Amino acid sequence: MFKTFIAGILLGVAGAAAALYYVPVVDQVREQSMIVVHPNHGNTETFHINVPTDRIMVGAQGLAEPLPAGLEWPDDLQFAATRAELFKIRNGKDAVVGVASRIAASDEVSGEIIEWVLHLPARGSAYVTMDPQPREGGYRSGDLASGTREFAPLTGRVTERWVDDATNFDDSTQGRIEIITAFVGRMVEDDE
Amino acid sequence: MKYLAALVLGLIVGVTALFALLYFNPLTTNSRLSPLSVSDNQVIRFNYSVVATDTLVYTNDGESQVAPHPTKVLQLWEPTVRRTAAMATVLRDSRGLPAAIGIKFSSDSESTRLLNGEVISDSVWHVYAPGQGSLFVEQQENHWNYLRDVVIPARWSSGNNWRGNWNGSITSGPGALGTSQVIGGSGIFAGLSSDGVESLSAKAYSVEFGPVAMDAELAIEIPRRDASLSQDP
Repeated sequence: MFKTFIAGILLGVAGAAAALYYVPVVDQVREQSMIVVHPNHGNTETFHINVPTDRIMVGAQGLAEPLPAGLEWPDDLQFAATRAELFKIRNGKDAVVGVASRIAASDEVSGEIIEWVLHLPARGSAYVTMDPQPREGGYRSGDLASGTREFAPLTGRVTERWVDDATNFDDSTQGRIEIITAFVGRMVEDDE
Repeated sequence: MKYLAALVLGLIVGVTALFALLYFNPLTTNSRLSPLSVSDNQVIRFNYSVVATDTLVYTNDGESQVAPHPTKVLQLWEPTVRRTAAMATVLRDSRGLPAAIGIKFSSDSESTRLLNGEVISDSVWHVYAPGQGSLFVEQQENHWNYLRDVVIPARWSSGNNWRGNWNGSITSGPGALGTSQVIGGSGIFAGLSSDGVESLSAKAYSVEFGPVAMDAELAIEIPRRDASLSQDP
């Protein structure tokens, strides 16, 4: 009986260790990536943000109704030209796939800046610096400045534009912010 | 029947022994010394309170221990973002003055390995400091030491809380020395590629509310080439 007890201990240790090793503690839910491959133009992926339903935060001085209600945005003079926003972002199937931040600001050192961070929990994050001046057609474009995990080996361009909701029958949405990423793999120099 | 009881008892003892070994394993104790503390370069430090009610906005799935703030903030309940928290806060300089707006996204990581003492979060910071510029910080955080020294003792406590002094770095990568990767976006930080470390200083924790008195520091190394351009935030 003592041998059975010892065998039980060994089995318990091995079983628990195997379970901890093989059973994932975290398994992020994934949505299918909606990537379009263009001939000789890399890959594009379109995300969008339904406004106002996907807005988490709009922080800026002088807002009549800050979002969320109860937000106490700092009233320091140095933040007077800073606007920070948080959103949920959706893929082409209108499913939420991540969160994003957008900072628009200007100061004497940086000039005018507009930046995005797109955070997709199952895939990684992308840091995008936009050209503050809008292009013809009302869109802005910018560069992927840095990426993590899936976006780490990529380089490319990102555009943002505002699209009015033409089918706004119930006033539920005003429109959407459309973000299109066009990324390709970074060239790696061969030392040999 | 006796043999079956002995086997079941052995199994229970074995599983308990493994968890005790993991919990008390000294090999999984990370160094609390920041790799940046031995750097010759200038290090700029941003401080903030980890307590949700001290932030501008904190949101998660709405069912976690730490409640979203303000109460009417949109919650991240969709399956793809349910294990993610988003925070916007004012980052303060070493004198306690507001220096930057910091936005942090943090998600439970699939690289979590309890067997190795790794409870990992993938997090990114988006920081804008007026008059200085913007930064992007990518890091993996290992919360094992924090869980073992603060959260689990709070759950074992009859008062369901923990009080004390706990200081430790939570950054565990992706840098080889357990540092985060920092990329400059604009202003004096434009073109910057450097390392950073985030550390916690815990004084009180409640099982019901989460952190009650806890500060954090985001330290960023400015390489000597860029040091002359930077100011204390």
